[in-house]
Amino acid sequence: MTGTILGAPDISRALTRIAHEILERNGGADNLVLLGIPTRGLPLAHRLAARIAEVEPSFDADARCGSLDITMYRDDLAKHPTRNLGTTTLPSAGIDNAVVVLVDDVFHTGRTIRAALDAVKDEGRPRGVQLAVLVDRGHRELPIRADFVGKNIPTARTERVSVLLTETDGEDAVILSDGKPSGGVTA
Amino acid sequence: MKHLLSTSDLSREDAIRILDTAEQMAATQEREIRKLPTLRGKTVVNLFFEDSTRTRISFEAAAKRLSADVINFSAKGSSVSKGESLKDTALTLQAMGADAVVIRHWASGAAERLAESGWMHGAVLNAGDGTHQHPTQALLDAYTMRKHLIGAEAGPGAHFKTATGNDLAGLTIGLVGDVLHSRVARSNVALLTTLGAKVVLVSPPTLVPVGIETWPVDVVHGLDVALERYDLDAIMMLRVQRERMSGGGNAFFPSPAEYTRLFGLDGDRMRRLPEHAIIMHPGPMNRGLEITAEAADSPRSVIVEQVSNGVAVRMASLYLLLAGEEGGE
Amino acid sequence: MSPSITKSSENNTSEPQSFVIENVSLFGHTDSHLVVEDGDITLVRGSDTELSAEEIPEHAVRIDGSGLIALPGLVDIHTHLREPGREDAETIESGSRSAAAGGFTAIFAMANTTPTADTAGVVEQVWSRGKEVGLVDVHPVGAVTVGLGGEQLSEMGAMAMSKARVRVFSDDGKCVHDPVVMRRALEYVKTFDGVVAQHAQDPRLTEGSQMHEGVVSAELGLTGWPAVAEESIIARDVLLAKHVGSRVHICHVSTAGSVKILRWAKEEGIDVTAEVMPHHLLLTDESVRGYDPRFKVNPPLRTQQDVEAVRAGLADGTIDIVATDHAPHPDEDKDCEWGSAAMGMIGLETALGIVQKTMVDTGLMTWADVAFRMSHLPARIGRVEETQGLALNQGEPANITLVDPKATYTVDPAATSSRSNNSPFGGVELPGRAVATFLRGKPTYLDARFEGIFA
Repeated sequence: MTGTILGAPDISRALTRIAHEILERNGGADNLVLLGIPTRGLPLAHRLAARIAEVEPSFDADARCGSLDITMYRDDLAKHPTRNLGTTTLPSAGIDNAVVVLVDDVFHTGRTIRAALDAVKDEGRPRGVQLAVLVDRGHRELPIRADFVGKNIPTARTERVSVLLTETDGEDAVILSDGKPSGGVTA
Repeated sequence: MKHLLSTSDLSREDAIRILDTAEQMAATQEREIRKLPTLRGKTVVNLFFEDSTRTRISFEAAAKRLSADVINFSAKGSSVSKGESLKDTALTLQAMGADAVVIRHWASGAAERLAESGWMHGAVLNAGDGTHQHPTQALLDAYTMRKHLIGAEAGPGAHFKTATGNDLAGLTIGLVGDVLHSRVARSNVALLTTLGAKVVLVSPPTLVPVGIETWPVDVVHGLDVALERYDLDAIMMLRVQRERMSGGGNAFFPSPAEYTRLFGLDGDRMRRLPEHAIIMHPGPMNRGLEITAEAADSPRSVIVEQVSNGVAVRMASLYLLLAGEEGGE
Repeated sequence: MSPSITKSSENNTSEPQSFVIENVSLFGHTDSHLVVEDGDITLVRGSDTELSAEEIPEHAVRIDGSGLIALPGLVDIHTHLREPGREDAETIESGSRSAAAGGFTAIFAMANTTPTADTAGVVEQVWSRGKEVGLVDVHPVGAVTVGLGGEQLSEMGAMAMSKARVRVFSDDGKCVHDPVVMRRALEYVKTFDGVVAQHAQDPRLTEGSQMHEGVVSAELGLTGWPAVAEESIIARDVLLAKHVGSRVHICHVSTAGSVKILRWAKEEGIDVTAEVMPHHLLLTDESVRGYDPRFKVNPPLRTQQDVEAVRAGLADGTIDIVATDHAPHPDEDKDCEWGSAAMGMIGLETALGIVQKTMVDTGLMTWADVAFRMSHLPARIGRVEETQGLALNQGEPANITLVDPKATYTVDPAATSSRSNNSPFGGVELPGRAVATFLRGKPTYLDARFEGIFA
């Protein structure tokens, strides 16, 4: 079961589908803000925004896309060496009354998203928050679910899911392994 | 990082990491909700053996904005003034479960002593020890310089995002005043040099320490000479203690007026700085002695901004010392 | 090398006991036998043949001295015993015990006690308590000025004529900085062949000083103690001594410049003597990095260049003697931040090992030089040469220190006989040490290998 689960074309198709699902669910792109969670949620958010803009030309992909660093909201800081902070950049219009779509690469325990919800709350008061992920590998530890999923991948807890993206890793791929991965992020 | 005691302990990477972290902290301070949950449950003690309201409230604000509990312990009116030793104070703080101690002390080396004597095992953050070091001051100065002077849009009001990850290579920084008694000068010389900047000390010979020849700096003995010889990107006016400028046999200078004449920054000298140069001061200022109101209040002055950058740098320091696993890194 | 000890017979009679030291090296060369009876050396001869039965006194303890060096009992002209006043740091008894353990048979107790040793009453008290303890000869040093105040001469004549027979006068801890007071003192001590031992430190140049002024102090932000503050006083005082025709002794010389001035003064024929501390032969101001107050001492630790210069000065005789400046302080005076810590370090028990490490093992001095500079000359400077610092000759009092130059050990300040632990040498490995000390034939210190032999 280990090996490359998704290749570049699979990832591309999944993102295109999610873009359409977001538009469909929200009846268009008005008030839509995409916030990527660093590191790899960020390029994914930009790709989704670009796809949305293809469908809705009035949607300004750059202006409606941001970055939400959740490091300082994590509940496991004391369990690891000090983490470097990522960047939080919001659309200049802010997120009040917007529909915020959080974008991340791998959806696992739900703790990252719990932290992201806290971070969003400190940034403003959106009308709604939705979640888009490239991979859902299960093993939720909190009552949180994703609204848009690229692919559900059943995994064992000991296995690792590595997402590689051209912007950060030079190629697009999702790899399942049981050891430490050679590159990319693990979740 | 286990402690922050001296800027000479910091590598270039350490320093840049602190500055980059401070940038993120500063960004959160522009929001409506400025408090972060990051250090919830941690206790930070401000242990001040020397009065410094400005530094203390800066650390206090930094700790509180990261949701740490803050206990202020000042030497005045406490057991410290009744002869309790630093050791016993440290043992008390240990017993109270301090995760970090921010210490300001009149004795050079007191922070290092506290950190390494085994009296307590929390993180120690040096908030000024005698005439030795004041690392967060130098870090906030470097942060301010990087924000204004590094990156494509450098110059007053430059957008600082371009500075991220960078050092201060290529900059020439003038530090003017009493180097001998200045922990700010010592901290800045070490840090700015580590970050690749060239440091010019502008100081009367009586206020330059013997033994300075090993420091990686230029030393000149008049502000006019410095302005003539160097294109300074930033000029930092050190605070001058009036009593050192007068008082007969113990004075380091004939008079305050003479100091101002030779080393004070006024409008004329300010206009001889390069167009983009910024004016800095660690505060509190002696207006009319080391700096005139015209220079201090000019658009080139970033003195007020240094104060708010101080909170961001101290938040970054506390974060890096306290957020990770204990003894981590 | 662990010399075996045999007892010639059961002997529990009263002291002093007879003993023989066989095959011991006198000053590191001649291999000899020494016989001691009734507190005196009664026989010294080469060890080419064994001692005959007639030569060994009845009931004598026999000590195998192979591998050991016999020196005349060491004399320290600069010790702080703290009694009266600071018995929490040291007492005459504990200091005497520590001195004996370091190989000393005589020490000069500095005057900066509470009350100050500036009257005949105080010096007699110290002297008689030293005698009562009986482990070393305790010679009180008298204060030059009342209360070490630097203004009014103390009654030096009364101290000189007291039972304590004071000959060395010093305000040590403070400098006799007023040139007129110093001049008068130098003149006055001629009355009784005394000497002023000057703590050379210009007070104005050293206000608030914390360490040697130089590269390290600049970096550490500690107020500097410039070399010139020592050198200028030495220069002034040798000129004063010349002018009034008196002799002057310079305490704890620590800088290269001081050595130069002393060399010049001796060439001029000025009657000046000088001492150096073991710590100034070994440590530099680099040790201050880390702000550990055990390295805080006055005069401060200097640079490597100064260390080289004082070693050379001691080797060529420009610096006459080694003295310890044994300065006990209770833990609480060192277990604190640098700026609040007391200055000084204990040194009686480490002095010999440091001199061996820095001077003998480096080839700068022989063991005979050690005997000269740590026993004979200090006794002469202190005018106790009738009883101390004597050669190991037949008929002389048996003041003997046995040194094991191969007894490498790691210093443990807590294991010292001193009441205080403020040694900077904890954890330092020293090459040798005194293993037995005899004061007029009485063992005052015996290390573990000799346990029980004088029972």
